Amino acid sequence: MEFAELIKTPRVDGVVLHRPFMPTVEGTLCLTGHHLILSSRQDNTEELWLLHSNIDSIEKRFVGSVGSVIVKCKDLRVIQLDIPGMEECLNIASSIEALSTLDSVSLMYPFFYRPMFEVIEDGWNSFLPQDAFKDLESMTDEWRLSDVNKDFTVCQSYPRLVAVPKNIDDDTLKKVATFRHSGRFPVLSYYHKKNGMVMMRAGQPLTGTNGRRCKEDEKLINATLRPGKRGYIIDTRTINVAQQAKARGGGFESEGNYPQWRRIHKAIERYNVLQESLIKLVEACGDQSHSMDRWLSKLEASNWQTHIKEILTTACLAAQCIDREGASVLVHGTEGTDSTLQVTSLAQIILDPGCRTVKGFQGLVEREWLQAGHPFRQRCGQSAYSNSKPRQEAPVFLLFLDCVWQILRQFPCSFEFNESFLVLLFEHAYASQFGTFLGNCAADRARLSLPEKTVSLWSWVNRPQELERLTNPLYEANSLVIWPSVAPQSLLLWEGVFLRWNRSSKCLDEAYDEMVHIIEYNKELQNKVNSLRRQLAQLETEDPLLNTP
Amino acid sequence: MEHIRLPKVENVRLLDRLSPRRSRVGTLYLTATHSIFVESEAGGRSETWVLHSLVCSVDKQAAGASGCPLLIRCKNFQILHFSIPREQDCQDVHLSLQRLSQPERYEELYCFSYKPNIHEEERRREWAFVDLKADFRRMGLPNSQWKLSLVNQHYKVSDTYPAELFVPESAAPPVLVGSSKFRSRGRFPALSYYSKENHAAICRSSQPLSGFSARCLEDEQMLEAILRSNPRSDFMYVVDTRPKLNAIANRAAGKGYENEDNYSNIKFQFMGIENIHVMRNSQQKMLEVCELRSPSMSDFLEGLESSGWLKHIKAVLDTGVFISKAVAEGVSVLVHCSDGWDRTAQVCSVACVLLDPYYRTLKGLMVLIEKDWISFGHKFTQRCNHLVRDPKEVSPIIDQFLECVWQLMEQFPCAFEYNEKLLITVHNHIYSCQFGNFIGNNQRERRELRVHEKTHSLWSYLWTNRAEFISPLYRQNHSQSQGLLRPSTAPYCFKFWRGLYNRFDQGMHPRQSVEDYLRVIQEETHQLEEQLDSHKQKIAQLEQEQEQDQEQVWNDACTAATFDKSPTVWALGKDLAMANTPQDYTGGFIASSPRTPKAPDSPLILAPQDSNQKADPNLSNGSDQESGIADLSCRSPLSEDSTRDPDSDEAAYSAA
Repeated sequence: MEFAELIKTPRVDGVVLHRPFMPTVEGTLCLTGHHLILSSRQDNTEELWLLHSNIDSIEKRFVGSVGSVIVKCKDLRVIQLDIPGMEECLNIASSIEALSTLDSVSLMYPFFYRPMFEVIEDGWNSFLPQDAFKDLESMTDEWRLSDVNKDFTVCQSYPRLVAVPKNIDDDTLKKVATFRHSGRFPVLSYYHKKNGMVMMRAGQPLTGTNGRRCKEDEKLINATLRPGKRGYIIDTRTINVAQQAKARGGGFESEGNYPQWRRIHKAIERYNVLQESLIKLVEACGDQSHSMDRWLSKLEASNWQTHIKEILTTACLAAQCIDREGASVLVHGTEGTDSTLQVTSLAQIILDPGCRTVKGFQGLVEREWLQAGHPFRQRCGQSAYSNSKPRQEAPVFLLFLDCVWQILRQFPCSFEFNESFLVLLFEHAYASQFGTFLGNCAADRARLSLPEKTVSLWSWVNRPQELERLTNPLYEANSLVIWPSVAPQSLLLWEGVFLRWNRSSKCLDEAYDEMVHIIEYNKELQNKVNSLRRQLAQLETEDPLLNTP
Repeated sequence: MEHIRLPKVENVRLLDRLSPRRSRVGTLYLTATHSIFVESEAGGRSETWVLHSLVCSVDKQAAGASGCPLLIRCKNFQILHFSIPREQDCQDVHLSLQRLSQPERYEELYCFSYKPNIHEEERRREWAFVDLKADFRRMGLPNSQWKLSLVNQHYKVSDTYPAELFVPESAAPPVLVGSSKFRSRGRFPALSYYSKENHAAICRSSQPLSGFSARCLEDEQMLEAILRSNPRSDFMYVVDTRPKLNAIANRAAGKGYENEDNYSNIKFQFMGIENIHVMRNSQQKMLEVCELRSPSMSDFLEGLESSGWLKHIKAVLDTGVFISKAVAEGVSVLVHCSDGWDRTAQVCSVACVLLDPYYRTLKGLMVLIEKDWISFGHKFTQRCNHLVRDPKEVSPIIDQFLECVWQLMEQFPCAFEYNEKLLITVHNHIYSCQFGNFIGNNQRERRELRVHEKTHSLWSYLWTNRAEFISPLYRQNHSQSQGLLRPSTAPYCFKFWRGLYNRFDQGMHPRQSVEDYLRVIQEETHQLEEQLDSHKQKIAQLEQEQEQDQEQVWNDACTAATFDKSPTVWALGKDLAMANTPQDYTGGFIASSPRTPKAPDSPLILAPQDSNQKADPNLSNGSDQESGIADLSCRSPLSEDSTRDPDSDEAAYSAA
């Protein structure tokens, strides 16, 4: 298919662009296969380059012969284009609509994008499972890397290589896979170096209504327990939801069959509820009524902060079991691809200082989200403005990022990256020139040959000029476990995402710059003082008097 | 002392409000001024001091198996939950505290017995520190349009006004007196703020006694005079901060508001800020939400909404914004409410903060509170419940002003020289009665009480300790510290002020403070600047006099090198240690951990404050000491090559 077929009008002059907190720009609007471009063709004004895939929905309005297209983006920005001429306007609108809803992955921009920068380190090779396993091997010999899933047949959503207990062979794994949702047998998520406890994740066990059991499953997870020790199973669903799952063939680990495990049920919502919550929250943030009661009641009704609290609490609980109870933990919900990953990845942020570095956090996203099979394509297909009925869309990853931001706010000096990095990941998860977030799982990415045909986001991020922007100037490595507060008073609305386009951030940006300046000036002085000190020392050793005491 | 029925109770338990299973056992002492809880186990290191004057209520609850619970709520929002073994003891403590915390006479207030080790001469100088006349001089007054009037010098015209007031040059004493007779409590229009740049002014008064039709020629002349003192503007605003309905209701009582037909060239505007009773109930409701033990997000947000608190804060700020914009555009404003000492004080002072960068400096805020609150007669005795008076007169009016400033700080982090801690400290001492500044309701009362002769001033205390109260982000030449602030008052720009209302719930606050971090860096930077100078000098010296006196220089250099080894590490250590204490995430699921009482890293924390309680008259009254926790550096030592501090990071982590 040629993009040209979809572009009814490639170019319109005299288009006026309105953006929040920016002066209006008049210029020429161009549509290309992947971008909407508005340029005033003057040197000093900023151009607009908008990826079609970033467009969530559009609205048309007509006043006389001037039509307006209101473009609502997945990054929650809303812009307006005033287009002279009814026909042009309709053409532009329908072209944008068609281009922003292309179904085929292989037509997405990452397949066409050629990097304008030098790739120092290919991000596709930065976080390979075998490298992560080498780190594990240096700490323990109780685990092995299994390639039972090398052709993605045992579990479609797992990577080729997964870490499992050393004494569990591949045949056992295959049997366990038949007992777990989507074949997601328990695999290692995190090894806590301090006390050797582990966190595993899986899909729900397929016990069904008649309480099916699987000896191999029991054997597998028991293999992770120290003699005489008990473990915790954290089921991210309420007991009721878990009970109901039995009727559809799912279920949970019964006390009888798993006597060494204690089960805890939490209440993290499923994806359709979360999508609804996002839509309501964004709607509340856009409310112009200026009534405090209305704002607070809408904020409350969106339940967004409730989800944040529940997810964070569950992650803290998992971390607490591992670090404080000295117990191993198995986490699962239903599929094991959403709430499970929120919990396992946040628990690692809390427990493992390594995950709080830029590289470490990328590794975490890579391990616990991309390779662990979070279906990004399904979940991030639409954002809060979509008119179409949500099917599989859900802000599961955004909620994770929001939770990280909450911890970052509480421990502002313990993260090597800053808020911008989290916002960047949010944007790229929804629309990107990079291939990182394409597809639903490792199998998809292999099928699409993403590493060969697209550029990795990490290739771009891990360059000095980008890293500088994303690095937290306050960072001081902190090897402690960090326990966040989950009190409602401690959890804030993530303004950097949800109010980003509703209020000017100028004064807050200035404060950030001021902070950077204070720190930079300090470093500069340190360097000067050190070099003077060396000079002084040199002068003194040159001094004959000093050499003869 | 006659009110203390029981000076000492042993085996008292102090319960953690958020997780009652954590508790400390110790001895509770009642003194003339404080309740002191001394923990027995920690070897006397942990003490909690509560000033009687800060106690807001004492509730004795039904005795349980483990003792008789006594709940003490403080005006600075601290809540202490004691459990006393014997019911009779609890009863005695309860009755003693009730009496001690509700003084009936001014002489009983703490400020009259608070005697820090300060020389009398020094004490007198304290009161000269904030000088309102100097502030009016700063505004360029008196000038050809505005003069100082002594019409009220014996408090005869208005007994709640100060002796010295600025009024329009053309307003003769008969006009002032006439106008005062037409205003509640004689509070005629007087100047609050004057803009040197465009001659616009903020004046304040009480409501006119207009009833349904009354007029007063002098009052009309008075407003005319205010209008004329701003020759560039042909109209002025009269802002009635009340909701229209309240103002109309006042007409039946012979009070009311200005009729636009009777006053030439005024634009009249209602603002809709609710009265003291609404505000009191609103804060009460909000505090109930803050007190909830483990509220869900919905409990919290619904409670916050139904309290209406943020709505009221928004109304005050909205009015402040209206006034500041008018003045910035060169239009004078007369502001009043009913008596002109509550809402009027709020919005005039908020407008001043928005308009004039001076009031965003440390000294400026003191001057502003002195001007619009203390001198213009805000009724601190009643509003802050300093003495036993009508409970219906209690209202958190000044809390709302401080909160408006805090909300502005959140929007303009570089605009304020002072920090959140200053606002909280000022709040604390408005209620503590430790300093004389907020004693009495007006200048006349304060003179009668001889406050300036007998007590100490908060302002000079704050100034002496200003290092703690200065925001590292403030720069005098920063764009935010210039000119008018234009805040957004969209509802989502208002936040819940956790730092004040949950001040003592240590676990809720960020565990690392950006501000403390930056302050440490700035101190270091300052040291580096000094070193840089001294190194430069020495190099120059060395180069010049290679032959002479080398040894001395070498020694100096060594001293300098060790100098920056003195790491300014006090900032973050405690917070990091706190970081290692998980909250109750389980909802009681895991019964055992992590509250094992012996775990050194799960201290029961109310508020880590300065450890030197007695010497420090500041906030630490009623706080807890974390002296058990070593200061752990979160910050690497200064320089890479020469002076790596052996006690830095590694040591901090091994303590984990």
